[in-house]
Amino acid sequence: MTQLLQDKDYVVYFSDCVEETNHDPLSAPAAQTPGSIDPKLEKKKPNENVSLADNSLLVDISDALSEKEKVKFTVHTKTTLPEFQKSEFIVVRQHEEFVWLHDRYEENEEYAGYIIPPAPPRPDFDASREKLQRLGEGEGALTREEFLKMKEELEDEYLATFKKTVAMHEVFLQRLAAHPVFRNDSHLRVFLEYEQDLCAKPRGKMDLIGGLNFGFGSGESKSFSKHVYEQTKQTSFFLTNLFRNSDPIPKKPKQADVMRSMTTTTDEIYLGATVRDVNDFFEQETTFLQEYYSHLKEAVAKVDRMTTKHKEVADAHIRLSSCITQLATREQPPTERFLTRAAETFDKCRKIEGRMASDQDLKLADTLRYYMRDAHAAKAVLVRRLRCLAAYEAANRNLEKARAKNKDVHAPLEVQEAEQAQADACAKFEQLSARAREELIDFRTRRVAAFKKSLLDLAELEIKHARSQQELFRKSLQVLKECQ
Amino acid sequence: MSEEPDTPPFSTVDINNDNRDDEDLFASAVQEVSLDSEVNGAREGIEKAAISDAPPSITASLASPIMEEIATERANNIIITITEPQKIGEGMSSYVAYRVLTKTNMPIFSKHEFAVLRRFSDFLGLHEKLTEKYLRSGRIIPPAPEKSIVGTTKLKMTSTPSTESANGSSAAGSVQSQFVERRRAALERFLNRVAQHPVLCIDPDFREFLESDTELPKATSTSALSGAGVLRLFNKVGETVNKITYRMDESDPWFEERSARVEALEACLRRLYGACEALAGERRELSARTHEAARACAALSGADPHAPLSRALSHTADLHEKIEHLRLEQSNTDFYVLAEHVKDYLGLIGAIKDVFHERVKVFQNWQHAQMQLTKRRENKAKAELANRPEKIEQAANEIIEWEAKVERGQQEFDTISRVIKKELERWDEVRLHDLRTALLRYLDDHMKHQAQSIRYWDAFLPEARAIK
Repeated sequence: MTQLLQDKDYVVYFSDCVEETNHDPLSAPAAQTPGSIDPKLEKKKPNENVSLADNSLLVDISDALSEKEKVKFTVHTKTTLPEFQKSEFIVVRQHEEFVWLHDRYEENEEYAGYIIPPAPPRPDFDASREKLQRLGEGEGALTREEFLKMKEELEDEYLATFKKTVAMHEVFLQRLAAHPVFRNDSHLRVFLEYEQDLCAKPRGKMDLIGGLNFGFGSGESKSFSKHVYEQTKQTSFFLTNLFRNSDPIPKKPKQADVMRSMTTTTDEIYLGATVRDVNDFFEQETTFLQEYYSHLKEAVAKVDRMTTKHKEVADAHIRLSSCITQLATREQPPTERFLTRAAETFDKCRKIEGRMASDQDLKLADTLRYYMRDAHAAKAVLVRRLRCLAAYEAANRNLEKARAKNKDVHAPLEVQEAEQAQADACAKFEQLSARAREELIDFRTRRVAAFKKSLLDLAELEIKHARSQQELFRKSLQVLKECQ
Repeated sequence: MSEEPDTPPFSTVDINNDNRDDEDLFASAVQEVSLDSEVNGAREGIEKAAISDAPPSITASLASPIMEEIATERANNIIITITEPQKIGEGMSSYVAYRVLTKTNMPIFSKHEFAVLRRFSDFLGLHEKLTEKYLRSGRIIPPAPEKSIVGTTKLKMTSTPSTESANGSSAAGSVQSQFVERRRAALERFLNRVAQHPVLCIDPDFREFLESDTELPKATSTSALSGAGVLRLFNKVGETVNKITYRMDESDPWFEERSARVEALEACLRRLYGACEALAGERRELSARTHEAARACAALSGADPHAPLSRALSHTADLHEKIEHLRLEQSNTDFYVLAEHVKDYLGLIGAIKDVFHERVKVFQNWQHAQMQLTKRRENKAKAELANRPEKIEQAANEIIEWEAKVERGQQEFDTISRVIKKELERWDEVRLHDLRTALLRYLDDHMKHQAQSIRYWDAFLPEARAIK
């Protein structure tokens, strides 16, 4: 198995992910032949998750391919809109291109009042990679059987992470495609239609196409390019070379994210301190979102820690089961039978515990995580509004200055211009505020509905798993008691 | 009959058990207590409040071998529980006293139910006395819990009585109570193992330990830092060296096979213990993390302006706190039911090795006597050749003396081999039975935990539905 991993790239085809992840993430890997490292998941049915009533633009990720350091998403579009050249087409996109698309929306002033769907998180297999590395190091301490089981667990885990990543990229596109305004954006069209890579060489073309202005000047931009370059270099895909080298896991710089959030945060603080907002609604929203965001962040971290530990609890059963099997081989046949059955029970128990952990992750942690990012996007709207307000106030001041300077002259050109600018700014601000208000209210309802669904699902799944666990124990107790 | 029939522990009255009573054991038992099988009480008399006297019918007709066999099916009817560990005194001179409650209807005890206060060193003293008396004859003495200087010292230094800290919320308190609880449970298992042993149970020192209201003389030699302790350490080192250097030519295939099996079992159990402990540890940590998650949910619910959702989130937090406790209970099940069980058996394997070693020592004595005898015989032959009558006579006397010693040595060796065989058979049976019981109890407990979990989530469902 190890040999196999060395020689082959771990290639995962993936399709129909949203559909999948809504169900049991382990069901798909469980269906494969154990130990298979080339799982192909056939596309089952067209994804209609975000179809709504309007079918004029449907986007899904029909396939995803994990190759060494990159994940390539196959974006499939079906449309009846006349702006597109064909009615159905496929492009291959990478994560950076999704981020690029998101940034185009964010910098477009027309969308300032909208909550822009948060960009999907960078594919992150660090956790799996780290675990696999630890497993590789500790290989000697495990029996072969335990090792294989651990590896199987890891592969399942990796696959689940992979699916989640794909799902989040898909949801991002689907939210854009379903949005009455966002769907008409020209960048989205380019993203969906343009057959070439938008950023084949992340450093060159990304800049060319116009991303990456952080407002810091070219020095910063360079360091970002360096970061991208390093990332490409370092992120060799984990299963490929893990057994070969035991180098420490490369720490990936997250400069881009840090910088992005820095601009937003400094803006937030600066504007919050300088611009007086008189609107109660927005003031309330600001405090609420700030507080809520930090609580969400905390909750995500804690729930994540909990689910990781739960997974480890499940994994601890592997050793228990294998030790009991070992003990069984030394005993007389009746005891051997008894112990073998007990070991089987522990093994099944491990699987259920593992499912519990991943469902908690899926239903609780991920919902919280998604809304954490959404809350962040909502916060960004408020910041943009404040920025707009600042511009409006500046226009007011300019108008007053112009009036003071030209008070002797009757209706001079300068005043007229300032008046016009002030009126524009005012209209823009009013429009933005109105839009933002709608969006924020919508955010609240959306959030409540999503939380309700997740909590319900979580409770139902927990009950389901606890039931099957209970049933497992009951049955094996029965069997074991009969077994003299 | 000087010996109680072989019996599995009390909880296992149903298990069939052959009578392997050995008359030769007379010689080996240091303490000969005249007993009749009245000690074996009714099957489940003890738990019931009214314990009637042992059925007289059995006493009367015990002479027949059939009745004897029936009698052996019964366990020693004695249950010992240890409760209320309490700290007595302050500072370094303080100690924890345990209340040892015995319920029995064995007539060898004067009452059916009695309780005494004992401290940890008393238990060690008891173990020491039993070892002194019975190890030489090949008995497997259940090991007493290990001393833990760190744990004890910590306990001495905290001012809160451990019984209170059992429910205390402070982390230090819970660690303390964990330590005391572990020790309490281990001591309880130790006493019950002794009580279930047919010979050890009727030992006067054991009975004194259970019954005597007076404080036992302080067993100074058990203290790790005392002079006797140091001496014992030297002895132990000497024995270990002896164990390593001396290889006995094993003539008995049974022993050869057995000691190999015991070694293998030990390795297996050690790994199993590691696995159990790891699981319990992970689960304990999960419980702590669930607590953190619950706190974070509570904070989130406080920040949520949507009343029904806020309520639901606060229920989620409550639910997770309940689950936190559940996880802790699960972890305790992992630990107390499985890990501690395995650990006990590792200790018992140590006791078995001691017994094996004792047998080697007896063998050495015997071989030594044999060698001396050969030497004396040679001396006599030499003397005869040299024709020195006074030497011949001296040598003849010595030969008689050593012949007797060889015979005694051989007898002793035979006896100890026989006793060990019997003890090991008993032990093996008890071991398998215990393992079975432990696993079944483990599964049963976990099944209950899952039922509890279902109840918690079931109660939560309407809360989630109530979000509008």
